[in-house]
Formats: sequence, structure tokens, C-alpha cells
Amino acid sequence: MKHPHIDREYDNELKELRQEIMVMAGEVKKMIARAVQSFISMDTSLANGVTALEYRVNQYEMDIDERCLSILARRQPMASDLRFITLGLKMVTDLERIGDEAVNICERVIDIGSHSLANFYPLISQMAEIAQSMIHDAITAFIEKDAKLAKKVVTRDDEVDALYVEVINKLVDYMVKENVKQGFNALSIAKVLERMADHGTNIAEQVIFMVKGKDIRHSGESS
Amino acid sequence: MSSNEAAKISVRNLNAWFGEKLVIRDIDIEIPEKQATAIIGPSGCGKSTFIRCCNRMHELVPGARVQGSIQLDEESIYDRSIDPVLLRRRIGMVFQKPNPFPSMSIRDNVLSGLKLTKSGRLKEADSIVENALQQAALWDEVKDRLNDPGIGLSGGQQQRLCIARALAVEPEVLLMDEPCSALDPVATARIEDLIHGLKDDYTIVIVTHNMQQAARVSDRTAFFLMGELVEYRGTKRMFTTPKDKRTEDYITGKFG
Repeated sequence: MKHPHIDREYDNELKELRQEIMVMAGEVKKMIARAVQSFISMDTSLANGVTALEYRVNQYEMDIDERCLSILARRQPMASDLRFITLGLKMVTDLERIGDEAVNICERVIDIGSHSLANFYPLISQMAEIAQSMIHDAITAFIEKDAKLAKKVVTRDDEVDALYVEVINKLVDYMVKENVKQGFNALSIAKVLERMADHGTNIAEQVIFMVKGKDIRHSGESS
Repeated sequence: MSSNEAAKISVRNLNAWFGEKLVIRDIDIEIPEKQATAIIGPSGCGKSTFIRCCNRMHELVPGARVQGSIQLDEESIYDRSIDPVLLRRRIGMVFQKPNPFPSMSIRDNVLSGLKLTKSGRLKEADSIVENALQQAALWDEVKDRLNDPGIGLSGGQQQRLCIARALAVEPEVLLMDEPCSALDPVATARIEDLIHGLKDDYTIVIVTHNMQQAARVSDRTAFFLMGELVEYRGTKRMFTTPKDKRTEDYITGKFG
């Protein structure tokens, strides 16, 4: 273990904050897994369960914000502590939005009902798998303070973007020829997955800043 | 320091002793002109000794000595031809505890440096007093009682009086050794506000235990540890992304 803070209570406050972010991230991961599964298996009951998790994630967001503000006000953190707190403030926003996006998927799944969109499952499932693993790895990178893993997450965003373009092309064709409403539902799900991957990228970029002190956003380093 | 910034003070291979004890080791640093440079570090790290070397006050302590080079505008301050008393007019100092001369009025305190050196500028005493007190942001509070004793002012006002006293001799550099450590937060904020304004005309070096203060008022920060200069860089980077692990540990409060 690195040097602890001289004021051990400060160490405890940072540890508790970190743990709460990890718990929130765990809940968000559950939401994505269930949302994706509900789409693949067309299970509307699974979709309904995700909404209940959203309430908890929102609560965590507010609690973590409050913890960060309290530490900023009372401790005036510096250097890596300051970078960690600012990461906390930004990361919870991304996590909360990922949770919102999972709910969006579920709403579309409920709307799709029993209508079969099986032709699009392979592509959308592939997007879901990558987005999910990006978020998983971004969270692991945060927990392990692993800038290399975070960098890998950032580079994967392009894969999701490419799949999204492919899905759009196929779904436009489907909407013209077959069913506009269902095509729109499937397109919305793909859009949500693309956004989720962006949030995963944001988290990974923030982890790199926390660990290395280097801001790679908009630097072109991701590509 | 970037290449387009002029160095006001250049220090090379500076070592300083108290008797046999080496308290500053091989310091190389360039203090930029008309900027505020903060010196931080734990007690006993040599930061006060360092600034006292910069205006030749260190050598006033019996048994103390200095080796190495300090240049003010490319002129060696330890050259035989330099009169330390005149040098201290060019490089003034403000101390930790406000120390106005207890028997003197506010006005005489401001003029004391000029009187000591029997300066010809004393003919303009009134304007010097007003100007120095204006620069020290004290004029409005004392202009109607300039003949009252300086010691009757509040702690924060006394410290600003000491700053006015230092400014009255028109120094080029102002060294500040923990200037706010005896002051309350409001008086501290006034001094910090003052430092922001003084940077337009003076080169400022401030020693402080208060890292937030260093972060607020300085352009560059130097971290001293056990007599060595560990890290010296722009203040913004120093407090968000320090390079050296020892700096990181110190500013995050992890030093044992």
C-alpha cells in the first residue's frame, strides 16, 4: 500500500467514496446486463425489473456528489486526491446516464413486445457485447487504477461506431420495406448502445487522467 | 521557467550552513521577474533559510555561512563590492509576525527604512507615505491617524504597515516569510489580494506553510525537502499533477 494520509479519517473518507462508486458501478452493470438480455430474449418482465434498479442508481449519484462536495469543501484535496474527486464527480454522471440508457432499452423492448427483429439480433447483440465490455473494463480500470486497460477501452469506441453505421443502413432498408415503428425501436436501441459506449469511453478517459494526470480528451489519442 | 521569462534572481549551487550543519544543499533555481514564486515544504526544510540567503540575512546569524552564487539581474549579491544594507533595500523582506517599530507612529514606520539610510527622497516624505500605504492597501484605513502608534493597529493592519514599510524604499524584490501565519482569514485574504496587485511592479517570493495559499497566490511553486529543491514548476501543474512522488506525498498530506 502507498503511504496513507497522516489524517486517517481523510483516508477513510476517500476509501468510502471509492467503495460507493464501485457499488454504484456494480448496479449499473446489472442494469445493462438485464436490459441487453431482455432485448435478446424478448423478455418484458426482465425489462420491467430494470426500472426498479434505476431508483437506487439515482440515489447513489446524489450520495456520491454530496460526498465529493464535502471532501472538496473540508479537505481542499490536492494532486492525485484532487484528480480522484473530480473523477468521482464526473464518473457518477456517466454511470447514471448509462443507467438511464439501460431503462431506454427496456422501454423499447416493452414496445417491441413479441414482434420479431431476429435479423438484427446478431449486429445489435455484437454492439451490446462490446459496449458492455467497454463499461466493464472502464470500471475495472478505475478500481485497479489501470491506465493501460482504460486506454484499450478508448480505442474500442470506434468498433461500436462502425457497427452502429451498419445497423442504421440495414434498419433504414427495413423501415422502408417492412415496419417503420419496429425499425425505429431497434434503431433506438442501437443508438442507446452507441451512447453507452461513449459513456464508457468518458469514464476510461477520466481514469487515465486520474492515474497519469494526462488529459487525452479531444487529443486524437483515442483513435 | 520558460525561455521567454526573465529571471530576476538566479541561484546556482547554493549551500548554506548553521555552524557545521548543512541546511541547504545545491540549490539551483531561477525566480522570474514580476511574478509570485511560492516556496513550500515541511518545517526545517530550509525554505526560510533560502530566502534569507537571497537578501544576505542568513549571514547575520553567528556561525552561519553561504556558498554558491545568487545573482540579482546578473549581478552577484555576494560580491565584495555589494553593501548588504543597500542590497536589502533592493530585496526587502516581510516577516512572519508583524513587527512595526513600537515607539514609532504609522508615518514614521513607513519612513523608517529611508531614515536609516538617510535617503534624499525624504524630502518627498508625504507622498512616499501615501504611496506606500496605498500600495499596501492600508491608506484608506489610516490616512486620518498617521501620527498614531503603528503598534495600535490590528494584526492584519500591522502586517500591511510592514509591507508599506518594505515598499517605501522601492525594492525590486519582496521576500515574504510566512506573512499570514499570524493573521485571521479576512486579514489573510487582504494580504493575498495585495500580492496579486503587487506582482505588477515587484518580484515576490513567498514562503508559506499553507499550500492552499501557495496555490492561490503564486505563479510558480518550489517544493523544498531536507534542504533540497525537489520540484519547481508552474503552480497550476504543481498542485494537480506533481512529477515527484515526494511532492505528491507532501501536498496530499501523506508525509510521516
